[in-house]
Amino acid sequence: MKKLVDIKINGKSYLMPEGITILEACKRAGIHIPTLCYLEGITEGGHCGICVVEVKGARNLQRACITKIKEGMEIYTDTPLVRKARKTIYELTLANHKSTCPACQKEEPCEIRKIAKNIGLSEVEVELLFKEHEKDRSIINRDQTKCIECRRCVNTCEKIQGINTLIVDGKGFNSRISPPYNLPLKNTPCVFCGQCVVRCPTGALTEKDDTEKVLDALQDPNKYVVVSFAPAVRASIGELFGLPPGTLVIGKLVAALRKLGFDKVFDVNYGADLTIVEEANELIERIKFRKTLPMFTSCCPAWVKFVEEFYPEMIPNLSTCKSPQAMLGAVIKNFLPELENIPKDKIVHVTIMPCTAKKYEILRPDIMGDIDYVLTVRELAKMIKIAGIDLLSLEDEEEDIPFGEYSGAAAIFGVTGGVMEAALRTAVEWLTGETFSNLDFVPVRGMKNIRIAEIDIKDLKLKVAVAHTLKAAQEVLEKIKNKELDIQFLEVMACPGGCIGGGGQPIPTTEEILRKRAEALYTLDKNKEIRKSHENPFIKFLYEKFLGNYGSEKAHKLLHAKYSHKPNWDDIFNKSYEEICKEVLKY
Amino acid sequence: MKEKFFQKSLIEDLLDEQNKHPQKYLPPKTLKKIAKKHKRPIPQVYSVASFYPRLSLKPRAKYIIRVCENLACHMEGAEKVIEAIKEFLNIDFGETTKDGLFYLEKSSCLGLCSLAPVILINDDIHGNLTPEKVKEILKNYIEKEKSSKN
Ligand code: SF4
Ligand code: SF4
Ligand code: SF4
Repeated sequence: MKKLVDIKINGKSYLMPEGITILEACKRAGIHIPTLCYLEGITEGGHCGICVVEVKGARNLQRACITKIKEGMEIYTDTPLVRKARKTIYELTLANHKSTCPACQKEEPCEIRKIAKNIGLSEVEVELLFKEHEKDRSIINRDQTKCIECRRCVNTCEKIQGINTLIVDGKGFNSRISPPYNLPLKNTPCVFCGQCVVRCPTGALTEKDDTEKVLDALQDPNKYVVVSFAPAVRASIGELFGLPPGTLVIGKLVAALRKLGFDKVFDVNYGADLTIVEEANELIERIKFRKTLPMFTSCCPAWVKFVEEFYPEMIPNLSTCKSPQAMLGAVIKNFLPELENIPKDKIVHVTIMPCTAKKYEILRPDIMGDIDYVLTVRELAKMIKIAGIDLLSLEDEEEDIPFGEYSGAAAIFGVTGGVMEAALRTAVEWLTGETFSNLDFVPVRGMKNIRIAEIDIKDLKLKVAVAHTLKAAQEVLEKIKNKELDIQFLEVMACPGGCIGGGGQPIPTTEEILRKRAEALYTLDKNKEIRKSHENPFIKFLYEKFLGNYGSEKAHKLLHAKYSHKPNWDDIFNKSYEEICKEVLKY
Repeated sequence: MKEKFFQKSLIEDLLDEQNKHPQKYLPPKTLKKIAKKHKRPIPQVYSVASFYPRLSLKPRAKYIIRVCENLACHMEGAEKVIEAIKEFLNIDFGETTKDGLFYLEKSSCLGLCSLAPVILINDDIHGNLTPEKVKEILKNYIEKEKSSKN
């Protein structure tokens, strides 16, 4: 047990564990201190200064985020001096920030707007100091004029993904948060996971906005607009309409999508079932014919790009299976015309994803053209609101068949360990030739960053690993490389918790919220009658009618992908300064 | 252990490599090399290098002219000296001459106030300057370069 110390906050006495910060102590005492740069587990703070408090006997105001409490400390959080200081700091922040609030894509989650009410500005008169910059537009947009240099993105990219795309360039007033040399993100090894986007307190980092283009397509009478939504979307979208985290929203979501004017509403979960049968088949072939093992899952485009960049020698380990989104895209564009008797070029396929990297995935050469637009959960919620649809009052509706039916195995794709579990349910039955009633592979579940499990059924022994965050994945890959870990199958999701913690999800995502979203998906699985991908009747239908066998030539042509080495930091820094200059953004 | 003790710090390595480069800067390849040696991610080494005004990520020149802008130099007429340099070399602060010989930058106090106004050209001190004197000095550098080429 930690020693307790006696402190006073605003005149009231408290016993608090030694070594915690003033910020933490105030939180425990139920007193809210505004912060802009501090973010639990990511940045310790100390940059923005908005959290200042008065400490009796101290010469200056103290930053609550980085000052530890001491025996006998007397803290005042709401004195005229504190209020005045916070106002000044806030005004300075505004001076360096291009406030275009009504048109800013960050909307409500913007923390500059959120803390305004803790500051109590009556009149703002700030001389604007920010410099105009060339905007970086790709999958993730960077707008320097909105950056308050809190460094959350820097630490996120370093600690969660281990890629270090965004760094502090320069010193003091002349510093800037950007990739080295102010390279555009698309010319860096950034995997577009969007983890920096969901942590950025301002509109400096946002995802590419495709809502306008989708609204236009919906208005176009010559287009047949099809939508599919991802496994993790149903576990989170409710949050943006005031429902508590972990509320499953499916029927109302389908109804809202129809109201928006989509001609068909399908489910990426169908794509997930398809991925599983192809992937389980591939795993079995690799084991039987002694091909490259361990096999890596390939449904997370951020992870795939990461391997292509930093571990090109391990590209043969990546499953050639396309992701659920990409498989469904290929199936819809190739078979829906025949099923519905509509010309292929009239079909526009929009997917709703918890993910920013999925916007990048649809530009990969193998997939190009199969999906037209990807919207994040946030973008869809925005569209529903723009259209004036009251989501919560809608009657539940069902997805369209055949591509709207799915198994419980698909439902858990959105959470770390889910793809592994879904694949095992099918692979184990196919390998042993038996049917099992207990389908839960509990050891692969959970939120530990790396989980290793041994499957021992009949005479079948499999060793598998599950990792989430690319930092954790890196650890696993190093172990595999150094022959310290011998496994046959590895699942990696780039985002903490898997897609339920994706870069396109509602902001914020906390550990508690992650847990609830995960629970929602496991409940959905449990309540499904069909819980194995290969038992989905419409998957069987697809193979009977169009594809032939699992892993058939036709399946390979449509549902499998090729990978190639992509530039990592070594490749970028092998260029000369002059070569790099041709790519950089103007500053 | 011993090796680790004697291994140069990251900053020392950066400075050394910069001095070795004819254009007195840290090209991308050099950053990569140093990052590997110190087992640090390359972008982080870039970030460290960008923090120190003594280090440059942009090509500069064979001779770095650093002029002191502090009070002592200012009182002794540094401004006129600086003007003379700019005019003679036809560059501003942060720029390199066309021939790639000189690069001009501001510096905080060089600690040589008794010699004010004072400038550094690479590691050589030139003090008690006047506009005329500084032009002479620069001419000498140019002459030296020409003769070394011939
Ligand atoms: S999107 Fe992901 S990889 Fe790219 S900068 Fe942000 S955190 Fe790093
Ligand atoms: S881009 Fe956003 S997260 Fe990164 S430093 Fe700027 S404000 Fe902070
Ligand atoms: S884990 Fe999911 S949300 Fe995150 S990048 Fe991968 S696919 Fe996208």
